[in-house]
Amino acid sequence: MMNAFDIARRLRAAGVLGLNGRNAEYTLPYNRRDCYPLVDDKALTKQLAMSAGVAVPELYGVIEIHRQMRELPALIAQHWDFVVKPARGSQGDGIVVVTGRTGSLFRVADGTFLDEEEMTFHVSNILSGIYSLGGQTDKALIEYRVIFDPVFEAITYRGVPDVRIIVFLGVPVMAMVRLPTRVSGGKANLHQGALGTGIDMATGRTLTAVWGTSIVEEHPDTGNPVAGVTIPRWDVLLELGARSYELTGLGYQGIDIVLDRDKGPLILELNARPGLAIQMANREGLRLRLEQVERYHTGLKTIAERVAFAKERFAARPAPLQ
Amino acid sequence: MKRAHLYILAGLLTALALAFFFYKVIVFGFPLKPETRTDIWRVEVQLQFEADGGPVKASLFLPQRTGALMVLDQSFVSAGYGLTTEPQPGVGTRAIYSVREAKGLQSLYYRAVVQSARLPEDPSRDPRPSVETPALADPQLAAARTVVGAVQRQSADAATFAALLVKRLKEARSGDEADFLLGYQPSNSRLVNVAVQLLQLAGIPARAVNGIALAPERRNAQFHRWIEYHAGGRWRTLHVRNVVEQPGQVFLPWWRGTSPVAEVSGGKNLRHTIGTSRSYEYAMRAAVAQQRELEKRFVEFSLFGLPLQAQSLFRTILVIPVGILLLVALRNIVGVKTFGTFMPVLIALSFRATGVLWGVVFLSIVVGLGLAVRFYLEQLKLLLVPRLAAIVIVVILLLATLTVISHHLGFDRGLSIGLFPIVILTMTIERMTLVWEERGAAEAFQQAAGSIFVGALCYLLMNVRVVEHLAFVFPELLLIVLAATLLLGRYTGYRLTELRRFKVLAR
Repeated sequence: MMNAFDIARRLRAAGVLGLNGRNAEYTLPYNRRDCYPLVDDKALTKQLAMSAGVAVPELYGVIEIHRQMRELPALIAQHWDFVVKPARGSQGDGIVVVTGRTGSLFRVADGTFLDEEEMTFHVSNILSGIYSLGGQTDKALIEYRVIFDPVFEAITYRGVPDVRIIVFLGVPVMAMVRLPTRVSGGKANLHQGALGTGIDMATGRTLTAVWGTSIVEEHPDTGNPVAGVTIPRWDVLLELGARSYELTGLGYQGIDIVLDRDKGPLILELNARPGLAIQMANREGLRLRLEQVERYHTGLKTIAERVAFAKERFAARPAPLQ
Repeated sequence: MKRAHLYILAGLLTALALAFFFYKVIVFGFPLKPETRTDIWRVEVQLQFEADGGPVKASLFLPQRTGALMVLDQSFVSAGYGLTTEPQPGVGTRAIYSVREAKGLQSLYYRAVVQSARLPEDPSRDPRPSVETPALADPQLAAARTVVGAVQRQSADAATFAALLVKRLKEARSGDEADFLLGYQPSNSRLVNVAVQLLQLAGIPARAVNGIALAPERRNAQFHRWIEYHAGGRWRTLHVRNVVEQPGQVFLPWWRGTSPVAEVSGGKNLRHTIGTSRSYEYAMRAAVAQQRELEKRFVEFSLFGLPLQAQSLFRTILVIPVGILLLVALRNIVGVKTFGTFMPVLIALSFRATGVLWGVVFLSIVVGLGLAVRFYLEQLKLLLVPRLAAIVIVVILLLATLTVISHHLGFDRGLSIGLFPIVILTMTIERMTLVWEERGAAEAFQQAAGSIFVGALCYLLMNVRVVEHLAFVFPELLLIVLAATLLLGRYTGYRLTELRRFKVLAR
């Protein structure tokens, strides 16, 4: 049994970043306040990404005011499956993934059904700002439902797994795959019970995973090992990550990418305050990597150089002897 | 660079605070500890009325030296009014405020500093007063004689007579003589008046006395009336109310007889409010003993120069920063999860009115019932704003109902719960349901428990008497609290809860 000071000392030696450290040393100094709206409003992020030619899930429509609610049935009638999400939602709250229809009902990814009235109520809640940061009024986005690449099929329980990459000053520093579980209700959010699997930055191969606060080797629902899955087109993902710096101007950000079966990697959203559980998924602290980027980033001019730097410096170390 | 700047700023604030603090302690001799036994009291009366526009004359009785208390100092604040005092033998002293012309709302203030007299009044100077025969109509006189006769047969002397008489009057049954004298549902004052008449009828000199109970912090003190009767060569006090609230309670006699404390001619809607406080005022020594000009002025321009009601408000306000500092530490160093940022401090403030145990119970009941209603409303699929409005209304009704119930169960503490910020309660319920739906009941209860836990800790800290005393007497110490808060703003170490979270990485 280690005492608290002992743990703190070891964590510091391992370069583990805490919330206070992340806020005071990275997000506050490197993320300008006026850049936040670009990522806090997913409608803006999407426009930005599309104008820069970055692949994002296709936007079917935006409901901005309650009067537009009348257009909602016509809008969703055109699509067999789709996703409804708040433009300013945080941590995946308020997202409804419709995978198809059963009669007049919408089939939702977590296995439940919504009728038209419930769907309208949900959208109207989004507009009222229930899911938005600070409770301001919000917009509802209706967009393409990603058909996920079967690469993660064996280690996913419903929902859409996504790849989170932390990008610091344009250099991808750490990445993980977030795998939905039965507990997370098909959502790819670690605090809701999703599994986070570390990724070797050099090869795009998955490592062990974190579930809650413990390290696991297998997916809790499917029982398959989570390590050793190679993410297809890993270089494209790294490049998407590196480019997101120029897109938003945020020095420290998290970028969420989904792998679509047909369309390849798509940027789902950007996050100006990415969480810290990624360190546990990779069993490594962020700080040491961030300090390397701080030291060398002035020499890294092009996107290709930054990607190469990440692949070289942040390759997974051989697993420590237990 | 930023760090150096911050350390210098924090150092300067601390140095400034300590300089003021030590100057006040060493040079002025301000007390470091709240005194355990204070015998200096400040009493403030505010007189308000609406003047008609013509000449106005207002009179106010003044407290007087009697028995164990003496009026050390008194001051009158009455802009534009002429002031005279007028002794009225056997009743008291009246202050007469007068002005040729006044219109609109008028506020007159009277402040007195009262101290326990070191020497009690010399009883030998008090000759046995003459007994006035009470003016009673025939039927009353007959009833009074019956009562007096009955009590006299059971009593041995004036003291037992007085005590038994009061007991007899309090136990009046409907239809008997005592009840006839007292009338329907007699007030304490009425009881005292009748008792005084009956004492006089029995040949014992007696009078009604009006005064207030001195309490440490009281914004709205009430006048009480009690009996003084003459026996064994001196005046003795007899309280009619069987609730003598605390042992050692000090009563300040104000005036005698049955006239109202204040009267006004040329105005209407006369109101008075009385505040009392235990005085920490150092000016006492300055004014009475040393008369140093600088100190007097300093005290006048500090919080002590404010009216009493503002002073007791600031006693509460000035401890808030201490609670906030604790909240910051608990959130950023320990990592407790709470609803909102400052809600726990608001909860702590409401606990001040209710006490922590009762406050937690009340909060849990209101939030619990509110949650039930919120989940019910969920089925109706209401839009956000009307739903919030509905919850506000439900919360208000819940508060009213619970207050009535707790009053009838004899918990008068519930009455002060109305100070609970209703909108905060509503937002708590709404936030809690959202967290509940999105993150599950466990997370919702964790945050709720965190909020109440932090609130209770803040309350306990803010309620320490030394903390309250230091914050009020030495508000400059809050600069140190500010400096500490600024330093916490650059604390980049781990939160305690993160140690558990990241424990697997501590290889």
